[in-house]
Amino acid sequence: MRIIVCIKQVPDTNEVKIDPKKGTLIREGIPTIMNPEDKHALLEAIEIKNKTKGKVIALSMGPPQAEEVLREALALGADEAILLCDRAFAGSDTWATANALGTAIEKIGNYDLLLFGRQAIDGDTAQVGPQTAEFLSIPQITYARKIEIKDNSVIVERQMEDGYEIIRGNLPCLITCTSDINEIEYPTLRGIKQAYRNKKVKVWSADDIKANKSKIGLLNSPTRVKRIFTPQPRGQGQLLRGPTKEVVKKIVNLLKEKELIRAF
Amino acid sequence: MKVKISPICPESSLNLGGVILIRGEDFKEVPDIPEVRNAVDKGYLEVLKEEKKKTKSVKKEGSEVLVFAEQRNNKIARVVFELLGKARELADKLNVKLATILLTEKDNGLSNQLIQYGADRVYLAENSLLKNYQTELYTKVIVEHIKKTKPQIVIYGATNIGRDLAPRIAQRITTGLTADCTGLDITEEGLLLQTRPAFGGNIMAQIVCPKHRPQMATIRPGVMKAKEKDKKRNGETIRVEVKISEKDKKTEIIKIIRETKKKVNLEEAKIIVSGGRGLGKKENFKLIEELASLLNAEVGASRAAVDAGWISKEHQVGQTGKTVRPKLYLAIGISGSIQHKAGMQNSDLIIAINKDPEAPIFQIADYGIVDDLFKIVPEMIKQLKQ
Amino acid sequence: MNFDFTPEQLAIKKMIREFAESEIKPYAEEIDKEKKFPEKQLKKLAKLGIMGMTIPEEYGGSQIDCVSQTIIMEELSRVCNSTAVSFGAHTSLACNPITNYGTKEQKEKYLPLLASGKYLGAFSLTEPSAGSDAANIQTTAIRDGDEYIINGSKIFITNGAKADLVNVVAMTDKAKKHNGISIFIVETKTPGFEVGKIEDKLGLCGSCTAELVFKDMRVPKENLLGGIEGQGFKQTMWTLDSGRIGIGAQGVGIAQAAFDESLKYVKEREQFGRKLFKFQAIQFMLSDMAMKIDAARLLCLRAADMKEKGKRYVKEAAMAKLFGSEVAMEVTRKAIQIHGGYGFTKDYPVERFYRDAKITEIYEGTSEIQRLVIAAELLGRGF
Repeated sequence: MRIIVCIKQVPDTNEVKIDPKKGTLIREGIPTIMNPEDKHALLEAIEIKNKTKGKVIALSMGPPQAEEVLREALALGADEAILLCDRAFAGSDTWATANALGTAIEKIGNYDLLLFGRQAIDGDTAQVGPQTAEFLSIPQITYARKIEIKDNSVIVERQMEDGYEIIRGNLPCLITCTSDINEIEYPTLRGIKQAYRNKKVKVWSADDIKANKSKIGLLNSPTRVKRIFTPQPRGQGQLLRGPTKEVVKKIVNLLKEKELIRAF
Repeated sequence: MKVKISPICPESSLNLGGVILIRGEDFKEVPDIPEVRNAVDKGYLEVLKEEKKKTKSVKKEGSEVLVFAEQRNNKIARVVFELLGKARELADKLNVKLATILLTEKDNGLSNQLIQYGADRVYLAENSLLKNYQTELYTKVIVEHIKKTKPQIVIYGATNIGRDLAPRIAQRITTGLTADCTGLDITEEGLLLQTRPAFGGNIMAQIVCPKHRPQMATIRPGVMKAKEKDKKRNGETIRVEVKISEKDKKTEIIKIIRETKKKVNLEEAKIIVSGGRGLGKKENFKLIEELASLLNAEVGASRAAVDAGWISKEHQVGQTGKTVRPKLYLAIGISGSIQHKAGMQNSDLIIAINKDPEAPIFQIADYGIVDDLFKIVPEMIKQLKQ
Repeated sequence: MNFDFTPEQLAIKKMIREFAESEIKPYAEEIDKEKKFPEKQLKKLAKLGIMGMTIPEEYGGSQIDCVSQTIIMEELSRVCNSTAVSFGAHTSLACNPITNYGTKEQKEKYLPLLASGKYLGAFSLTEPSAGSDAANIQTTAIRDGDEYIINGSKIFITNGAKADLVNVVAMTDKAKKHNGISIFIVETKTPGFEVGKIEDKLGLCGSCTAELVFKDMRVPKENLLGGIEGQGFKQTMWTLDSGRIGIGAQGVGIAQAAFDESLKYVKEREQFGRKLFKFQAIQFMLSDMAMKIDAARLLCLRAADMKEKGKRYVKEAAMAKLFGSEVAMEVTRKAIQIHGGYGFTKDYPVERFYRDAKITEIYEGTSEIQRLVIAAELLGRGF
């Protein structure tokens, strides 16, 4: 099985802070991580590769420092890693990103399965997966929480709000994975050594993949961000202090008022 | 014309077909080439006022606002009525008709429902192959329809189906799509203004799609308000020709499993009692469970509690867990990291119990109790039992 | 002179930091309060190959350079010292001697078991009458045919009751004094191997510190480390030297954890109408703490770098251990002071760091011994 996994380096939103004066995101010094759902997708790909004696290629579009997550992918067990890096890609919305990734995937070629994380924790759109599948004209299965390879197809458990579906798709096919699909694992020491000593990260520019320059980058993206702001903070409420019994009584009365509990 | 880089341009320098512009430079004479036009349209360049040419007006093609009427098991998804409520406002502002498109096996009165909730027009696509959502079939039908009727706006619910379908369509017809919007409006220029959260809700972004059509967005369920059902409302139902076959399907649904209430359903819960690291150990979650059962509530947890193995991941509330909007969220022993806040900050009423007065959760709690949870919670349980 | 970590070292640091935060830190308080041996944590470390970080890959290990080893020790100490010391005793005191001095057969037999974590290792030197006076051990190993009969007892052995393999330092020839000492690789299932008292300690409460008793314990001659009698003292000194850097790193980790808590606290706590960090006295304390931690860390890294390059590092290792432990003591004391009354309660972790810090001034050579070692290196006499 030849599997390509698309991963993204994102700021660790756990560590993200809002500048209280400006109301903007403080981006300096924020540690970056591999997008969690992409890591799940990658680990799934590696498990499938181990079962089917295949190959996993990790692909990422980003600035030069995104090489770090590709090294991490290698350390976790990916066989090859490719970084799509070019100023021309900068500022792409999901449509343009799908074009870039799709073009790169076509260049890699000969793949059986494409795995993506369902969504990234910075953009939260969940669009790049399906849009890339459309670009490549291959079927998509989103919200996967379990994947099984059977003959030349995949059997996927697709999460729904009120249950799940079992879907079969022919290969090649693109699947977006949720974090329920497996447990997070860490790279082993040996994996890290191999990633930094034996394996390489290839860097491709827009020209290397012969990208259609009119379909990538900031100015060619159909959507445009008009404004960014921090949402109105809720405003601090009341701090209740005092003897336990009274404080609790206040709360219980409040709940009765709001009809959240029945007042007997 | 004379231009300079505008404050909202994300780049500090632009190379537009060979014309180099650097932020901070004053207005500069530039040729009227497509790359420059593009940048002006996007608002990345300010044009010196006296010479301000009107930006290419948006083509007024077929004017409808279209709502995707998602149905499951022959029931209209609740979010669709919310969408109709909002879309009605948008259509009225634009002075155009509000249409919906319904893909189903058989109508069974669903189109009437849509009209009663505000639609002027229902495009009905009936076919046994459309009974259950399938990416390729639904995409094909809707794309065909969009190409024919050219709506200016199409909106979908940001459900598991909507988020599978909308991007596929957007890519196929080459247009912009904004995900998971919590706000929709019309700008002075008649553009759809799409407001959505990013970074787990810590940042709000306003997006527009200036040139491509239709402008598309998926809308988060539970945010917009549905209009009152009006049984006397009239509208038209137009049959859509459906040209699909079994061969078009690239994936096959083998089985659909509907899970019963047993599953943890935080997203629908009215009250959530949530425990965090302050509980100290696994056994203390019993306190949370007891309080939850007294309040008829679901049990939630912070990531710290889940990571420590005190409770399973299905209970996790937060950016990497579930996003919830209950009427009441009780945060017990939870510090309130940004990651957690992202998951519950839109709850109607937030009450927090934490012995640390500096805990960030108190910044968003409506009521905060600074005290030992091991004193407060048992007392609450006691008083509630009375 | 390059003061930057290599990308590989940074990747290792990132991995171990994430691992420590998610898989160990949430359990640290419980491990300490309930004196729980961190078995699960050690198993997880084994799965990532970290238990074999000092063992060459040809024997199933994941050997990494000394600087990376030091990084790992600091990161583990930052979150849980019971785990860190159990880990350190295994990798440094159990695995290292066999890797460095073992015969081919010994390495092939035992290193894979230690690397995979299947065997937990320990090192037993200290006895009731032999602490700093290490050469005064009374445990004897008498040759009898193809075996050695070992009699004696050891105390304060880390991992003592939990280990599968213990390196036992015994006297094979009393007349030769410290040239008559040898190390034996002993599997704990050997008849005659008994575990005695388990110590109840001030800190590192989850770590198992045990008395070991050897009663006519028969050990095959193949298990004499290195195959030649009388090498034990040299082997022990080498082992302790190399372990010292790790203990220095342990001190740094403890100090860093205490410092991080303090930095957080002074931004939250208010008195006299302002946050604590606004007071100069606090700022001075924080500056001193940060400076000393940094200096201690650099000493450890420098010693590790020298060891990696094959240079003589006895003095530098002793300095790293001595300074690291003293910094740990000072910083944890200051940390509790900064936290005031709250720091004295078990609600805050700083009291645990304070208790854990003390032992670093004592084991693997007391601070007094370290000073003698440094002096000997300075004055040019062998110790």
